[in-house]
Amino acid sequence: MAMDILNQITEALSYAFIQRAVIAGCFMALGCSFLGIFLVLKRFSMIGDGLAHVSFATVALALLFHAQPMALSIPLVGLASLVILELNEKTRVYGDAAIGLVSSFGIALGVIIASTAGGFNVDLFSYLFGNILSVSDSEVWMTALISVTVALVVVLFYHDLFAITFDEEYARVSGIKVRMVNRILVLLTSFTVVLGIKIAGTMLVSSLIILPGISALQVVKSFRSTIALAGVFAVSSVILGIFISYVLDLPSGAVIVMVNFVFFTAAFLYRRVKG
Amino acid sequence: MRMIEVEDLSVKYLDIEALSGVTFAAEAGDYIGIVGPNGSGKTTLIKALLGLVPFTGKVFFNGKAFSEFTHNRHVGYLPQKMSFYDPRFPAVAREIVASGAYCCKKFPKRLFASDHSRAMEAMEMLGIAELAGRPIGKLSGGEQQRVLLARSLVHSPEVLILDEPTAALDPSSRETFYKTVRDLNREKGVTVLLVSHDAATIGEYAGKLLYLDGKVIFYGSFGEFCGSETMTRHFGAGQHIICHRH
Repeated sequence: MAMDILNQITEALSYAFIQRAVIAGCFMALGCSFLGIFLVLKRFSMIGDGLAHVSFATVALALLFHAQPMALSIPLVGLASLVILELNEKTRVYGDAAIGLVSSFGIALGVIIASTAGGFNVDLFSYLFGNILSVSDSEVWMTALISVTVALVVVLFYHDLFAITFDEEYARVSGIKVRMVNRILVLLTSFTVVLGIKIAGTMLVSSLIILPGISALQVVKSFRSTIALAGVFAVSSVILGIFISYVLDLPSGAVIVMVNFVFFTAAFLYRRVKG
Repeated sequence: MRMIEVEDLSVKYLDIEALSGVTFAAEAGDYIGIVGPNGSGKTTLIKALLGLVPFTGKVFFNGKAFSEFTHNRHVGYLPQKMSFYDPRFPAVAREIVASGAYCCKKFPKRLFASDHSRAMEAMEMLGIAELAGRPIGKLSGGEQQRVLLARSLVHSPEVLILDEPTAALDPSSRETFYKTVRDLNREKGVTVLLVSHDAATIGEYAGKLLYLDGKVIFYGSFGEFCGSETMTRHFGAGQHIICHRH
């Protein structure tokens, strides 16, 4: 039985599309998990979900105009992330409500475009659930680029992000450019979400942002260890998810999320037992 | 030496005037209790002094105009906390205290061994060195406040601004906290501005009281406060209760 599974995994790794899926998935997982820690602790984690819904509309728009979905989605979803932040900071709309507002607008717009245009519903709905096994070479490169950028930003702005996450007002008094750092954070989230919908789909991409972070938060007590462990959970979930989905012939995106859920449950129980 | 000079400071939130025409000066080494009823503009005043809210009027720190003064390097700040930190926040007390050194760092910020040593020194000075490795969210309210006070002292500020620091503390922790701040003022010569709604308690520790109610009602020593006819008119019998406690 074990040999059989090992053979299937070896066989899977010989396919170029699986290799691309593993590489892109691991980069994506790292990017999502690094951003996720800050978003979760700032009570802003649902922004991933909201932006994924906006990307549903932008993909529909791109299909309508026969444009590249990523080329249109990246600037538009980036803009939506800034709108959410502006609504939260400058108006009387709370953060979660601002996300809900932009998110529902995105979904509604996507559905209207899909129903009026017709003919591309199958293409559009493939973005709802994603398909990591169909990522192209260029998408692998783009995913690697955005994840390396996220990692670089986290390293260079680590102390600024830590201060803002813990106490935004104190960070401002300390001379940290809170507004700028928050904008960088949501813009990177928007780019990551747009690329992530290919892997997990608009329905599940936010789980890649939230789950590794909250799993790591159950186990460790220092900030750096939390970021590192979230990365380990995220990458492991992608690798395990791809192979389990290959062996059991299940959708990869959903299996990756389920593996993350198992990690969370294990971490949660570990914390409960350890006290 | 004048440490803080405020001339005709006013703050408006939308169309509502939160503070108007505030004028006062603090000498280096002063300990000023900023008191007044709820909504009197205490927090607004210190937020204006920290550059967190826009204001009109003039403010000088150590002889320098507000716009030329680098607050972050010279001012230590303890924000108002009505609730304690999330027990799940993944940071230990040492990390939080060391973050007080961010104010003096340029991009990309890096903490060195000397910063960590200063953080430990600040914790030792406040008697909380044994809390260094404990998660911030697992500490009691009094311990968290002392960790945050240590954070505000890491860069050896000349001015310490504290906003209702004892609001969430029990009476025993409250007294310990006030004594700690008084010692910092007396032994290190730090100029202290402490916001409180409890004029009686802060009167025991602070050298001067600044009583606000949308504007300055009174500014002077606690003794003068108790003898002030303005305050008698303002408080009625309440003034006797405040002053009688001493």
